[in-house]
Amino acid sequence: MNTIVTQSPCCGETTNPQFQKLNAYLDTLAIDQKDPRRKDKLIMTLHYAQSLFGYLPEIIQIYIAQRFGISHADVSGVISFYNFFTVTPKGKIQVNVCMGTACYVNGADKVLREFERVLGIQTGEVTSDQKFSIESLRCVGACGLAPVVTINGKVFGKVKPEQVPDIIEKFLIEETKIEAEVINA
Amino acid sequence: MINISIDGKPVSVQEGTTILDAAKQIHIDIPTLCYLKLEKMNYLNQVASCRVCVVEVEGRRNLAPACATPVHEGMKIITNSRRVLSSRRKNLELIISNHPFECLLCAKSTDCELQRMVWEFGINTQRFDGERSHHEIDKSSGALKRDPNKCIMCRRCETMCNEVQTVGALTAFGRGFSTVVSPAESMPVANSNCVYCGQCISVCPTAALTGVGYIHETWRALFDPKKTVVVQVAPAVRVAIGEEFGLPVGQDVTGRLVAGLRHLGFNAIFDTTFGADLTIIEEGKEIIERLESNQKLPILTSCCPGWINFLNYHFPNLNYMVSSCKSPQQMTGAITKTYYAEKMGINPEDIIVVSVMPCIAKKYEAALPGEETYGIRDVDYVITTRELAKMFKEGSVDLRHIQDEDFDNPLGKSSGAGVIFGGSGGVLEAALRTVYEKMTGNELKDVNFTAIRGMNGIREAEIKIGEREIKVAVISGLGNTRKVLEKIESGEAYYDIIEIMACPGGCVNGGGQPYAEEREEIIKMRIQGLYEIDRTKQVRKSHNNPAIQELYQSFLGEAGSQKAHEILHIHGLMVDKKKVVEEADFKIFNV
Repeated sequence: MNTIVTQSPCCGETTNPQFQKLNAYLDTLAIDQKDPRRKDKLIMTLHYAQSLFGYLPEIIQIYIAQRFGISHADVSGVISFYNFFTVTPKGKIQVNVCMGTACYVNGADKVLREFERVLGIQTGEVTSDQKFSIESLRCVGACGLAPVVTINGKVFGKVKPEQVPDIIEKFLIEETKIEAEVINA
Repeated sequence: MINISIDGKPVSVQEGTTILDAAKQIHIDIPTLCYLKLEKMNYLNQVASCRVCVVEVEGRRNLAPACATPVHEGMKIITNSRRVLSSRRKNLELIISNHPFECLLCAKSTDCELQRMVWEFGINTQRFDGERSHHEIDKSSGALKRDPNKCIMCRRCETMCNEVQTVGALTAFGRGFSTVVSPAESMPVANSNCVYCGQCISVCPTAALTGVGYIHETWRALFDPKKTVVVQVAPAVRVAIGEEFGLPVGQDVTGRLVAGLRHLGFNAIFDTTFGADLTIIEEGKEIIERLESNQKLPILTSCCPGWINFLNYHFPNLNYMVSSCKSPQQMTGAITKTYYAEKMGINPEDIIVVSVMPCIAKKYEAALPGEETYGIRDVDYVITTRELAKMFKEGSVDLRHIQDEDFDNPLGKSSGAGVIFGGSGGVLEAALRTVYEKMTGNELKDVNFTAIRGMNGIREAEIKIGEREIKVAVISGLGNTRKVLEKIESGEAYYDIIEIMACPGGCVNGGGQPYAEEREEIIKMRIQGLYEIDRTKQVRKSHNNPAIQELYQSFLGEAGSQKAHEILHIHGLMVDKKKVVEEADFKIFNV
């Protein structure tokens, strides 16, 4: 660990609520830095951190590594292994296209390509206005609805490529509404 | 004891023994590639990833990796059935199917374990031709070269870096075919927390990890008529380079080495041990000052840049302990470009200093911003023992048949104390020989501090100097270092003087030394070689080296003088170029 981070509860000045949540979560794990099995709790910590921040930026990785008493390289290796973890920020609207077997044979690849075409980005990328990102994933357990797309937790079944622009527009309108509310407030 | 049979031969072994070790006992040699065990260093790489050691076990459906399968009572093992041999062969062929076929141009050629195994298996066609990795070669650090295309994912480097050295710079990044062993987030080595100890290089079976070479630059300097090219040789080189020419391990080849360097065309051949003696004078003064005032103890020797990096990255709170002295390499360079240049009437800018080092970190050290004197680099190029052996072979020097010659003056004279710098414990012993006499005013009759010699990674002793019992510790290997520093940090242990070397066993086991299979035995013999040189030297204390005395009288004044500080000390600790996370970095989350 090549880093110096002020100890507990890290970065005294930080009033960031997500960060404080992560810190509290790590406290509850009561990690013993001498325990050879301490890494068992790493994956669930990374899950939690990603749910807080939306992604796992370098400094969060380093901070988690420090709390576990392992190297940044170790944490980075685990993140790189699992598709679920991401080190780049995702869009506010996250499009996940299922590419599991059932979805794939029902044309999920065409749906995915249509999302890429309409949004002008590749899978794994974010639009320049940070609004949309596309990921492909494996089986969401709704094979009867294949092909399945989930967007911000909402599930769309039996999606056809020609429905893609409508779906995108729906979310875009909602997002604009939320933004307008924020500005008005 | 457990009774098993291997290829029909009965054998009894301890519980927990692997099939591989059991077979060894009856001289059945099962091939291994990823597996590596270095007992004294607590190094064990047993990931069973290459599958070259598979054997048949009666009653088991699948073949078992011999390196990682413990025996059980009544086990019947077959090591050379048709199924075993064809599987091993296929596994090896699959490994090389994604390996660059550029052995002719490879730095590791003839030292490569993969190449040797393919040759031993008699594989002469490329049966599988599929997709290949195309990764960028990383030479960003100027010291450690990473070529992931040549990696066979044996994970030996990771085990060395993370478990033995506890540096934690390497990880397997990504998954499946695209996996690559790299620093965190696949960043360049130069931005990572790598300390350049080079131990990963010495366990890498292929050329996936090597040193960044400076042979070309050195030849170019040698053929430049406008330059005076000065070479310096580290102590650990003289007891190792002979191995590259088939000479006995640990044999002192100092005289032949000097003759060879002169044959290559170096204008002056100096000895880094001169710089070592000088380090002792400067550092000795600091040690005495700190001991007498009882301040900033323990004092740590700072000859090893790998260890200094480790301290800065992992124990920044303790870096007050480090002496401000430059390392012997840098001191020899600095004196060459000041004292020697002045004496010979040469413009220091026309001098090129090349050092021959057993080390990768020395390449990094020589390029550090603070390592210069009056605006001129102390050392220009650093080549390793292996690189020099190559230059000798290219330049028609055969160390087996060359007459001994002597170093040039004035930086060629050294004491036995300077020579033992090359092994773990040597720097401290050299310092004690001088500190004892300076502090007590008495002559030290027996210069052999045998209490601090040996091969253990952590050695402690109490040495009586006058009225005072001085607590000393000698540590080699960074994992051992971590253990001791943690104790110092928590107040659990106290020492007055500590010597630390990053490589287990010291510089003789550096990342630039000739590759060695029976490594632990060879390190011991190299260290013995150094003590043998010391034993037969007339001058065995640094302060009695006449060339050093002359240097102070006619040039530096006294130890610790202002001039000595300007030339021989680092001004401000080495800069930590690594990323440091600060509070401000977290502000991006304050939305």
